[in-house]
Amino acid sequence: MTLAQILLFAEGDADGASGLTLELAAKARTLADTVNAFAPAHGEAMAAELGAHGVSTVYALEGLGDGLVGVHAAAALAGHIEATSPDAVFFGQTTDGRDTAARLAVLADRPVSTNNVGAEVVDGALVTEEPIFGGTQNIFTAYRAPAPALAVFRPKSFEAEPSGGGAAAVESVAAIDPGEAGRATVTGRHAEERSGPQLDDAAVVVSGGRGLGQSEAYSMVDELAGLLGAASGASRAIVDAGWVPYAKQVGQTGKVVKPSVYIACGISGATQHLVGMKGSKNIVAINKDPEAPIFGVADLGIVGDVHKVMPALIEALKSR
Amino acid sequence: MKVVVCVKQIPDPAIPGELVPETGTLNRDDKLILDESDSYGVEMALQLAEAAGGGQVSLVSMAPRSETSGLRTALAMGADDAVLISDDALAGSDALGTAKVLGAAIAELEADLVLAGVESSDGYTGTVPEMIAGVMGLPSITFAKQIEIADGVASVQRQTEAGYDQVECALPAVVSVTAGVVEPRYPSFKGIMAAKKKPVDSKDLAVLGIDAAAVGVAGARQETVEVTDAPEREAGEIITDEGDAHANIVEFLTELKVI
Repeated sequence: MTLAQILLFAEGDADGASGLTLELAAKARTLADTVNAFAPAHGEAMAAELGAHGVSTVYALEGLGDGLVGVHAAAALAGHIEATSPDAVFFGQTTDGRDTAARLAVLADRPVSTNNVGAEVVDGALVTEEPIFGGTQNIFTAYRAPAPALAVFRPKSFEAEPSGGGAAAVESVAAIDPGEAGRATVTGRHAEERSGPQLDDAAVVVSGGRGLGQSEAYSMVDELAGLLGAASGASRAIVDAGWVPYAKQVGQTGKVVKPSVYIACGISGATQHLVGMKGSKNIVAINKDPEAPIFGVADLGIVGDVHKVMPALIEALKSR
Repeated sequence: MKVVVCVKQIPDPAIPGELVPETGTLNRDDKLILDESDSYGVEMALQLAEAAGGGQVSLVSMAPRSETSGLRTALAMGADDAVLISDDALAGSDALGTAKVLGAAIAELEADLVLAGVESSDGYTGTVPEMIAGVMGLPSITFAKQIEIADGVASVQRQTEAGYDQVECALPAVVSVTAGVVEPRYPSFKGIMAAKKKPVDSKDLAVLGIDAAAVGVAGARQETVEVTDAPEREAGEIITDEGDAHANIVEFLTELKVI
């Protein structure tokens, strides 16, 4: 049994839709007869790619300007869902995705289902799956409020896959003035330098944690990542400590990664971290504490000092 | 300047959590403590009040059984007073129900700035601050890593997937504070003693004028249909380093054709 229509909150840039948006498109296709998208920005630029992933119509918000996405997108979406009656609205778990879902929940007086990694339709109701207690259990929740169901999904929950469709139709959606709530403005955008493989899609990820001892030791993580063509990541502990930028954080509050190999160096494996990387195909862990939870998910665990094992590993790789 | 900080009191994360079987919500029967995520909001509020040359920092919390131990921790850090909303009808409230209650309580305080953690450590929906702003009709800036206040305008660095955006907003506004961006102070002995005497104003739903049907399990309008154990990863090979364990990693990576 399927739903008639799912609306995707589509994010991306001038180059096309985000990977997460395409992941949601693939899942939505299996749950609904029609998948449409609402784009707070770049609707035109994403139309071809979204169409190729099964989206029929892209509703492109006009006139966002330098306003924050959440409050403006939600104001427009509230009227849009009244007019077009989707059965569900799917959001990616991004900063703007969460903001928009939260604002819309208030405007439409509906609950939001968050942190989801799965979805199905049971007796006409959307049932979402959320990992709890550090991913040791999964809770399945049926949405019992009136349609549309509002659901937010974690990255890497589904595989993006083209459906072979042509470009999606594009329809403009006029901005709705959110009033005083919309008075915050973006006055500058800063992108951190992105070079080499990115955490989101690297085949190999090398991450460092508190066990490195001091921020200078993170250079070993960078060096090992460089030798393996890998992206470098970090636990929340060392991001909080200011050793590396937030963009490198892997975990509940950071990025979710599913590389073919994940190498955890000096990371104990707090729940916060495990939920961001335990979907990796192969996990290598180096930690001096044999009781560290990271060894519970490791395919190869080395009980040892990162300051001895990592330099030796780097030397061995260099001499190959 | 008056800063209101939302704080959540949660079950000790060091103790394994469990669900209430009937509702599928988190069991909160044991003692609750200050969510570490919220200690950053409290610290940010104290720093902003100090930078403004003085101000009032008030806490707002919703908790069962009139729990105050987490509030006392935040008061010991230096907050001035607190409002606590406690009502049996609130058990099982979702993010929206929580925001309706907190929004109603905050509206009575006439704050210049409302701060909250980005997400709690137990529910981590990351939606409550934005919902509070929605309920109150205020602007909001989420995922803040730096906040400056000057001439009634907040200048905020808002974390994004790519880096950060600089955002300006005239007060009042709701801002959610990312964990780790400030160093929460440890309560001093003097602070702990003083916190015992600081005022905590207790309220229930009737006082706030909120219909019990709009909150709690019924207001959440979602039904737990199943809870399953996640498949565990098969135990791997654990080796104690005797000086040559790096060779095992090289071998493993070679097998996987990474090198």
